[in-house]
This record gives sequence, C-alpha cells and structure tokens, in this order.
Amino acid sequence: MKRNTLHATRDCFVVATFLLAMTLLVSCAPVDLNAPLPPSVTDPSILTAWAQVPAGDFLFGQHEKVETTDAYEIMVTDVTAQQYADFLNAALADGYVKADGENVVGYYPGDPFHGIDHEIEIKAGDWAFIPLDDPSQRVKFDGSQFTVQEGYENHPMTMVTWFGAWGYCGYYDYRLPTEIEWEKAARGTDGRPFPWGWEIQRNNANFYASRDPFEDMKTFGSRTTPVGYYNGSTYGDYVTLDSKSPYGLYDMAGNVWQWIGDVQPQEGFSDRFMRGGSKDTYDMDLRAWVRNSAPPMYFSPGVGFRCVR
Amino acid sequence: MQFIKTRFNYLFGSTKGLILAAIAVIAVVTAIWGMLSGPMAEMGVREVVIKLLGMDIVQSEREGRIVILYHSIAMAVVAIETYMITGLLKMKEFFKMSVRVLITVGYILTMVFGMGFAYFGHNWAFHGLYITGLSLIFFAGVLLCVALWPWNKEYYVTDKDYAHTKSGVDLERTAFFATAVTTVISALFGAVPGSFFGNGFEVFLAENVIRLPEKTTMEYSVIGHLHIMLALIAIMITLIIGRWLNFKGAWHKVAMPLMILGTIVLNLGVWGVVTPLEPIAHMIIYVGATPSMLAALFLLIWSWSRFIKEGTEHLAKPTFLQKLGAMVSDPLKFGPTWQMLFMNFTTSGIGIFMAIRLDEIFRMWPAREERIELTGHWHALSAIIATIILMYYGDMLGLKGKVRQIYGWSIIFLSDIALGAVTVFEMKRLFITEAEQQPLVNLLMYMIDFGLGMLLVLLAVVMVWRLTDLFKPKGRWTEEATHELSQEVVK
Repeated sequence: MKRNTLHATRDCFVVATFLLAMTLLVSCAPVDLNAPLPPSVTDPSILTAWAQVPAGDFLFGQHEKVETTDAYEIMVTDVTAQQYADFLNAALADGYVKADGENVVGYYPGDPFHGIDHEIEIKAGDWAFIPLDDPSQRVKFDGSQFTVQEGYENHPMTMVTWFGAWGYCGYYDYRLPTEIEWEKAARGTDGRPFPWGWEIQRNNANFYASRDPFEDMKTFGSRTTPVGYYNGSTYGDYVTLDSKSPYGLYDMAGNVWQWIGDVQPQEGFSDRFMRGGSKDTYDMDLRAWVRNSAPPMYFSPGVGFRCVR
Repeated sequence: MQFIKTRFNYLFGSTKGLILAAIAVIAVVTAIWGMLSGPMAEMGVREVVIKLLGMDIVQSEREGRIVILYHSIAMAVVAIETYMITGLLKMKEFFKMSVRVLITVGYILTMVFGMGFAYFGHNWAFHGLYITGLSLIFFAGVLLCVALWPWNKEYYVTDKDYAHTKSGVDLERTAFFATAVTTVISALFGAVPGSFFGNGFEVFLAENVIRLPEKTTMEYSVIGHLHIMLALIAIMITLIIGRWLNFKGAWHKVAMPLMILGTIVLNLGVWGVVTPLEPIAHMIIYVGATPSMLAALFLLIWSWSRFIKEGTEHLAKPTFLQKLGAMVSDPLKFGPTWQMLFMNFTTSGIGIFMAIRLDEIFRMWPAREERIELTGHWHALSAIIATIILMYYGDMLGLKGKVRQIYGWSIIFLSDIALGAVTVFEMKRLFITEAEQQPLVNLLMYMIDFGLGMLLVLLAVVMVWRLTDLFKPKGRWTEEATHELSQEVVK
C-alpha cells in the first residue's frame, strides 16, 4: 500500500515536472517583435519644437530639496527613430560615426577613473552608439543608408546607448540634460510628482499594463507609443489625457526612460542616470524623482533620450 | 460576559491563542495590502481597495508607507517567535508573562497605529503610538534577554545528548540568548536613524540607493538593520524548530557552538558598516553566515536521518524509496527543514551568485533589474520563514491524518511553486531579452499568484475554522488554552 503511494507520488512528480518544463519552454518561444502597429497621428510641429525653461529655483527630488538652474531649452519630445536615422546618415557621411558590422560606433573621450569598487573604466575610444544586429532595433542599415522600420518613424529612438545619445546631441551642438534640468522640465516648480499633476491614470502615460492600444500583455507585452501620443487626442476608441508638463513637454513620464548627461555625479559611479519611467515599469517609477541607472554601453527597447541647449 | 472573557483569556493568555491572534492579523494585513501592488494593481483591484477603505495615498510618501507596512508585519512575526520561545524554554513565570504582555501590546499598537498613520491620513498621535509600540517590543526584547540568561544555574543541563559546557551551561539556550541580544542591539540600528527622522533624515528604500557609492552613516545603518533583522528572524526560527524537534546528539553539539559563533560574527560584520571596518564588513558577514548556515544544515541532516530511522525501524533492509517515504511521511516535520534547504535556491544561492558575478553580469543591467533581485530574494526569505511558522502552527493545532498531509504538502508545494517562480523571474535576464520576455513573465506571474493566492486561501480556511471553533463552548481552543509548547516537544 505504502509502496503504491510512493510510486503514485513519484509519477505525479515526474508528470508535474515534465508539464512545468514544457510550459516554460513554450513561454520562452520567440514573440512577434514586428506585430502590426495600431493607427496613430503625430503633430509634426512638436517633433522639432523646443520648450523654454526659465532660470530659477524648483523643488528637486522626493524630499523636495530646493535646487536652481539657469534658463535652458529642452526638446518637447524624445528624439525619434527617424531623427536618429537622419543623424546617422549625416554623421556617417561626415565620418563622425562608423558602422562596424554589428554596431554603429563613435568616439567618446572617456570618463575620469578612480579605481573605486564596482567602478567601470570608460576609456577614450570608439564606443557603440547603437547595435545593428538586435531584432528590437528599429533603425536599419543596408550598408550605405540608415532607414527606419515602417510605422516606427515617430516612435522614440530606443536601443541606443548613452554614448549614442551623447553623440546625437553633441553632433548638433546640443547636450544631454543634467539630472536637475531634466526634473525641472518634467515637474515644474510646484512639487508635483507627475508632469501633468498629482495623480496618475492609465491614459496619462504609457506604462506597464496601462492598456494602451500598442500593448498586448498576452504576447509581446508593452511597446512604445509615438512621441506626444498622450495629448488629449482620441485614437479609435482610446481616449488619452493631455499629459504635457508645465513647460509643454510630452512623455516626461512613461514610454521610455531618458538618458541623463551627468558623468560621475558621485566619485566612482560610472553608471548614467535614467529618468521618467517607461512602458515596462509600474506607475510608481513614473514619479518625476525616481532614478534608474545603467552603464553607458547599455541599450534597451525601453530607453531613449532628448537633448537640451 | 463570561463568553468573551474566556475567549479573551485564550487568545491573549495562552501560547497557542497568542500565536493564533498574531497569525490572524498578519493574514488580514497581507490579504488587504497584497492587493495594492503587482498583478492586483494591474487588474484595477488597488483602486477599489483604496476607495472602499478610504485610504489616503500620497505619491511622495510611498517609501514611508512601505517601511511602516514592513515593520507592522515584522513585529507580529517577532511576537510569534517570542511566544514560541517563551513557550518552549524554561524561564521564570514573571518574565514569561511580562515579555508576552509587552510584546503583544507592542505589536498591536505598532500595527494598528502604524498602518493608521501610513495609510489613513497623518494623525501624528498615531505616529507616536506606533513608536510607543515599537519601544514596548524593544523593552520586551531586553526582558527576554534577561529571562534567557544562560549562566543561571537553574537552566544548566547535565544530559549528555545536548550541547553544553563543562560547567553545564546550555549551549542551545546560549544560542537563543545570543540571537535575542544581537536582535535587540540590531533593532537600535534602525531606531537611531528612525529617530533622526525629525532632524532631517529622509526615508528611503535600500534597494533604490544600492548602486550609489556615497552613502551616509545613517543610510548604512538602515541597510544593515534591514538585512540583519531578517537574518536574525531566520536564525531564531531555526533554533525554535530545532527545539520543537528536540534536536540533540552529536550534530547538536557541533551545531550550537557554530550557531552562537555565526550569530555573533554576522552581527559584528553588519554593525561594522558604520565603523571604519566598512570596507571589510561584507567579508566578516560571509564569515559569520557560514557557521550559521552550517548549523541549520546539521539540523537538517539530523532531523532527516531521524525521520528515516524512525520510519523504517520495522524493516530489516529498507530500500531507498522506503527511506525517502519515511523521510517525507510527515510534511509538518519534514517541511521546515526542507524549506530551509529550498531557501538556498531562492535566497542564499542567488545572493552568492550575485556577489560573485556582480560586476560582470548584474551591474551591466539597469539598477531597476538589480532592484528586482534584491527585493525578490528577501521577500522570498520572509515568505519561507512564514511557511515554517505555519507548519509548526499546524502541528500545534494537532492536525492528524489526511488533513495534516494536505495542509503540510499544500504549504510546501504552493510556496515552492510561487517562490521558485519568483527566483526565475529575478534571473530571467540571464536567458531572455526584455523584448521577448512577456509570455514567460505571464507564466511566472500565474505561478506566483496561484501559489501565494492558494496559500492565503488555505490560511483563510484555517482561520475561519479557528474562528468558528471559538464559538463552541467545548471547542479545540479549550484544550489549547492549557497546553504549553514545551509539553509538545517531539520525544
């Protein structure tokens, strides 16, 4: 009797393990990264617009420390895939970047290095701006020309390293925003946690499981929305809320994390900050003060950037 | 009136009643607050709960709310362990009573007023009462240390089966004492920065600052506090399970000195983070963790060997399967040490792997990925401690036969499915890209939700059963009111 029970237990265990292994294997099967995109309209005027941020104090961080900035201008939207492809075409012709097969690379003069624990040495030299061989890359290269996968022209440029973001801004004599500049542009001066105000609803921004038309949580999950998508427009049945920041910027919360320009904000900290949350994070990460960071060679379908001047 | 008085006396005057009450409040808090995050938030349940209960959620206060929530649950768990210690170990009745009164009032004040302050508007009187609760628990801890004093000759042992010094000092009691003393001191590690709050200390979650090389002493103190308190809760439950199973013999004699040594060295390492020893503090912590974990391993070896021996003594030449069957025949006794072993997969293994490959792998990922690993592995450890408590509690309830099997194996399978999935979720970037992860994430979330959800359902069934039992004049509670845990130690 006891022996039968043991055999039954062993059989159950074997069957359960087999089923679990099969389910895991099926779950790891590739998803369609090129699934069709829903229709959307982007106002072309915002793609080249710059917002004016005046000089003065504002409340920085979760604990509202008073910080101050000079006046500056910041892009109203993230740099788009089309803008980045245009940059690469121009920069390739100028010799500012090279395509080495797997990556587009460009020169970076290196970081100061202190040899502190966990610090990465970023030496002067060529560093990857974008990978070319990753299936999530929406900018394609045919050997002579960079183009954008159809439908993604006005989506934020993703799969770009910090070097690639730094290189883009520098090419046009712009620069990446400092952390303080970025946060002031996102939340203004009244201490609000989100660009549009104090609370967040699902149709304020593109975040994880926000139920926007671009996501399908059963298959490919959350995807980027075109820049400036959350402007109060209605797309089919989907109604967005106008979610611009006090200075008129779009997508300062959600869609993609944005690279910050600060290099070694603390001695030995070789990561670069990223701000704003993304399509892949919960709403708590969309609060204006939330930091993320990654080494400058990191790239992802959920990381983009914008410039200041 | 008599009806209420007798039930009150059971719930707050007997060991099993006190444990039942604490488990019940943890279950309620876990069930309600579990609906505010993760998949429940995705499904929109969070908004409903917030509205229904009239919670006042301010975005910038999330980290503070979570700190209070963790403390509220942790204090009830500490209370449960304290009830177990005072029920298992010999001590003067005055101390037993005082410790229990203080810690019970303490955890209830902490939970009620802490959660009231954090989630239902900021009544600062509530905050004061929350601090009062924590202070009472601290004082209960000090009294427990006095009660456990191992050099009191009344508690000396002469039985050769148990670890003791030449003069008779009980080394198991000393291990309990060392853990209690270091817990009290380590509590100060959180209390000092916590008290500094009014003077400008700003609340933060450790996982959010882990990569920044510059941290203040107070920040180090908080990070040390949260790590060591959970480790000490885990060490204490290991000692408790050992006492319940009547751990003895050669393995006991090796394990107890290791447990004492490990606990002390581990704490010295953690306290070292706020001293000039900070650069080598991690090394000291590893040195301390090793003997503690070895001691737990020896408990496992001893207990499994004993289950096999007792379960096969009627057989002349037991086969491997018969031995295995004997080992797992009682899930409530096998389960706690199995969970300790499983913990090496969900917590220690992950921690060691991360430490070894930190720069090559984990620091190449964004900080938010590292946050998932950090929060995941200690949530898993907390859940494992909870399941061990529930298994011991199942034995206290006197579960027998099929009910015992179903209860015990359900806890093991459901929690291991959920926590195994959590571990794969933490490590998913090793084998799948962000763009392709969603189907895997969905599967893992189903496993986590199924495991933890069904575990809560099981707990709810037990709680409803215990609640209905309280209405019976001759319910099980009447027997439990007079039973002490020390009488139920495995012979």
